[in-house]
Amino acid sequence: MLLRAAWRRAAVAVTAAPGPKPAAPTRGLRLRVGDHASQSAVPADTTAAPEAGPVLRPLYMDVQATTPLDPRVLDAMLPYLINYYGNPHSRTHAYGWESEAAMERARQQVASLIGADPREIIFTSGATESNNIAIKELEAAIQPDTSLVSVMTVNNEIGVKQPIAEIGQICSSRKVYFHTDAAQAVGKIPLDVNDMKIDLMSISGHKIYGPKGVGAIYIRRRPRVRVEALQSGGGQERGMRSGTVPTPLVVGLGAACEVAQQEMEYDHKRISKLAERLIQNIMKSLPDVVMNGDPEHHYPGCINLSFAYVEGESLLMALKDVALSSGSACTSASLEPSYVLRAIGTDEDLAHSSIRFGIGRFTTEEEVDYTVEKCIQHVKRLREMSPLWEMVQDGIDLKSIKWTQH
Amino acid sequence: MAAAGAGRLRRAASALLLRSPRLPARELSAPARLYHKKVVDHYENPRNVGSLDKTSKNVGTGLVGAPACGDVMKLQIQVDEKGKIVDARFKTFGCGSAIASSSLATEWVKGKTVEEALTIKNTDIAKELCLPPVKLHCSRKKGMRNISLNASMEVY
Repeated sequence: MLLRAAWRRAAVAVTAAPGPKPAAPTRGLRLRVGDHASQSAVPADTTAAPEAGPVLRPLYMDVQATTPLDPRVLDAMLPYLINYYGNPHSRTHAYGWESEAAMERARQQVASLIGADPREIIFTSGATESNNIAIKELEAAIQPDTSLVSVMTVNNEIGVKQPIAEIGQICSSRKVYFHTDAAQAVGKIPLDVNDMKIDLMSISGHKIYGPKGVGAIYIRRRPRVRVEALQSGGGQERGMRSGTVPTPLVVGLGAACEVAQQEMEYDHKRISKLAERLIQNIMKSLPDVVMNGDPEHHYPGCINLSFAYVEGESLLMALKDVALSSGSACTSASLEPSYVLRAIGTDEDLAHSSIRFGIGRFTTEEEVDYTVEKCIQHVKRLREMSPLWEMVQDGIDLKSIKWTQH
Repeated sequence: MAAAGAGRLRRAASALLLRSPRLPARELSAPARLYHKKVVDHYENPRNVGSLDKTSKNVGTGLVGAPACGDVMKLQIQVDEKGKIVDARFKTFGCGSAIASSSLATEWVKGKTVEEALTIKNTDIAKELCLPPVKLHCSRKKGMRNISLNASMEVY
């Protein structure tokens, strides 16, 4: 009931172009385990399947993987999914014109979030496509000795912020193109492509509470950066990315950017507080916990902790009520432990013990407290089952042991 | 006019969304594809976690693996004068499948003689726990369990 009321309030309070900032972030369509155990997002009059019973979903603490749609974004998109379905490149009728107007409005919203000119924004299917376009540019460079620097703004595994402004300064003085994948940074930390001397930037919709399947690439006009198109066709998006621009998706991306611009400061403060709470409470109750990544140059919403003597995947299995991610080999398809942790020099056994906690716009204090409580409980339990913990308690130095290979 | 129409449309769409059938609960809360309930069961209701007195001469201890590989297993067995395994304990640093495999191993060896226990194969354990193909590398870990078992036999 409460959730449905909140949803309705959010849907009614906001128009297609998000207006004044609401007092508190509205919650998305998620359930909390515990209080709302007997409720579901479906109203009671729907006949549920007999074996469904009370619907319990895990808490979502994996915002680096993807984010839920902000209700204000869905609100902006719906008219273009239902009613205003024209092709934005149709020049001859109102359907096309209104879609085109929406597309350009969205372009302006994306541009203003990063201090760019709208003519410098090209819509793509996501940050991956944007990255590919940016890298391919290297081959299309005019001077044979031109090179490209590509750096992630905020790392998706450990949340470390790279010194983008400094790198931009160096690249510009050496006349080298500078690309950054800002998928985890856009709308979360202030970015300005001119202050930071960025030439190319990749943007992802579904990392900033927008829809999946859409992104953008920022391509500097002055001085002009030339890119080669990955896909050819009707010449849309100035010939740099052919294919009909999906109006509902780009409207969603634009709305997500505008909402992010309004909410950035508030979100950052709130998320920092929650992150501090999570880290402090875990560290004061559990010994031998290491936070991976530079604590100073760090985006607070991405917390990567290593719990010594406990393997990451077993902890994820134990924390089945919470959706999390790990840097351990067992959780990756390639069975390789996280290359990021390896690169920052983390001991291999700690790399296998890492868990990533994602705190986002809709994460509540209760969710953080529940996660912390369960985490402490299960780490203690798994340590009781761990031969390494036992050896350490007996005073054995693990580094002195000659382990067998298998 | 357009605004009123859009508003009505929006409310209708919101209502549609909320009323649409949802996925059955078990799809979300029990990711059977990743964690088979037998595997989870061994973690939630562990059998034989712990240690036996390693100084006792009836107890054999095997320790295999390496923290750098994300897998360390300790298996202990207590054997009576007739060569029958009367008790077994394990401790594991490893993924859910590794924990479940070691737990299952301790269950199976109890009551068997040392020779019988040595015949337990990796594939038997994997089949019993319904480990999915992606966990094939963990069947190497069952090999580890075997080595551990052998090591503990030898010590004994």
